[in-house]
Amino acid sequence: MATIDAGAATGRTVIYRHSLLVRLSHWVNVLCMTVLLFSGLQIFNAHPSLYWGQYGADNDPSFISMEAVQDGDKAKGLTRVGSLTFNTTGFLGLSEVDGEAAARGFPDWLTIPSYQDLASGRRWHFFFAWLFVINGFIYLAYGLLSRHFRRDLLPARNELTPAHIRHEIVNHARLRFPKGPEARHYNTLQKLTYVAVIFLLLPLMVLTGLTMSPGFNAVAPWLLDVFGGRQSARTIHFLTAFSLTAFVVVHVAMVILSGVFNNLRSMITGYYAIEQEDKK
Amino acid sequence: MSRILTRRRFLIGATMTASALGLSGCDALVESDRTKSVLKIAEGLSMKTQRFLLGDNALAREFTEADLSPVFRANGTSMPDNPQYLDWMNRQFSTWKLEIGGLVERPMQLSLADLKALPARTQITRHDCVEGWSAIGKWTGVPLGALLKTVGLKPEARYIVFHCADEYEKSLDGSGWYYESIDLVDAFHPQTILAHTMNGRDLEVAHGAPLRLRVERQLGYKQAKYLTRIEAVADLGRLYGGNGGFWEDRGYEWYAGI
Repeated sequence: MATIDAGAATGRTVIYRHSLLVRLSHWVNVLCMTVLLFSGLQIFNAHPSLYWGQYGADNDPSFISMEAVQDGDKAKGLTRVGSLTFNTTGFLGLSEVDGEAAARGFPDWLTIPSYQDLASGRRWHFFFAWLFVINGFIYLAYGLLSRHFRRDLLPARNELTPAHIRHEIVNHARLRFPKGPEARHYNTLQKLTYVAVIFLLLPLMVLTGLTMSPGFNAVAPWLLDVFGGRQSARTIHFLTAFSLTAFVVVHVAMVILSGVFNNLRSMITGYYAIEQEDKK
Repeated sequence: MSRILTRRRFLIGATMTASALGLSGCDALVESDRTKSVLKIAEGLSMKTQRFLLGDNALAREFTEADLSPVFRANGTSMPDNPQYLDWMNRQFSTWKLEIGGLVERPMQLSLADLKALPARTQITRHDCVEGWSAIGKWTGVPLGALLKTVGLKPEARYIVFHCADEYEKSLDGSGWYYESIDLVDAFHPQTILAHTMNGRDLEVAHGAPLRLRVERQLGYKQAKYLTRIEAVADLGRLYGGNGGFWEDRGYEWYAGI
């Protein structure tokens, strides 16, 4: 990371934090993941039940399901997770479309397109899945060749001690973010989270997605064994998407809490300002 | 086209897109023809990539009797209601015939008994509906490739079209009859069969009696039921909506391997 000293008088040091390729691939990824999530919910709505194993349809026990049921003269939306049933009327299972109650898994404001249209949902999903995969491969190749992964994401041994991690968790909980030399690098929690997202969750999305493809099953039948069947892969795909959504919520919250302007600028222009520890 | 016109068209397009985004979220963008044609790139990419990785003959996974779905969900039409079909059904399909024609050297007609007398393949495979559910069934039928060799394809034949006895969407112009098509790679794939038997019994009406297609490396809507006629063609543009299938004419991918 190059340093541009903005002068001791201001107490700030501006560093070049994110390379052009990291910034570009980040924003392409934002676009892809957004479209993939909302078109994915459209696809899910075509059959809002999840199963475990090789097969699964209406007559087989589901693991998670959303449905609209008639309760006297009123309809309600029920969401079932294992043996637990929740009344989710208005959000899951039953929600309003143009002022009328409609049976649908996720509500219209969470799907692309808003109305029920599996064909369009699939077109959007697969187009952006391709963009996501191409973008991901470029990023991975760059990360390896430029040593971005090793330099910026691989935690050092001393960062992985329980004492250090405990210290960081306490600081995060108190919203006390690193300053000075420590702010030049990602902290350990950031590194571990990014490593988990980049090398575990995102590849898991792609692989479980491919495992749902009957064509790709013939190319790589071993994926069916890895995930325990097409319907298990569909369930893992959904749960991983849920985990990624949770990651994005926390990620955006952290971006806002630790200095929204500085963070956004660094992901747009590459430059990130560090405040000196002693100036606070 | 002049530069100015192109620029104007761009501006109109940009304004329309912007106002559409403001008015009704993404829906107008979804419905734009240009968007649709751009998104279609993905279908070609998926098909080319899968075919490259698959070769022509990689097999879909075959399962065992222990893996069979206890109940195999029937989807689409479960009871064709036209008089011709009902007549066939009431006579246990003894008067039904499968026609094979189009760009073939020796067109032929086969009765159900003829088909059952031919060498058959049995396979236990997974049926994947585009909606997301799956069911495993055991299918027995005549390999399509063997039949096509018997009738002899003309050199210009590129696709095999399957005409069906169910009108899935009632319409005045007849555009609602179910049909499907596959290319020659899938037509000659060893697991592509015309199934007359399911789970050891005659195919039930709900599952497409007396004969349905199984093309195992693609989704459920390609598995056309209630077959009446097989036609070899050079291109798909002149049939029905021109996209090669009932659901394809309604926006779904012709290549349903994903």
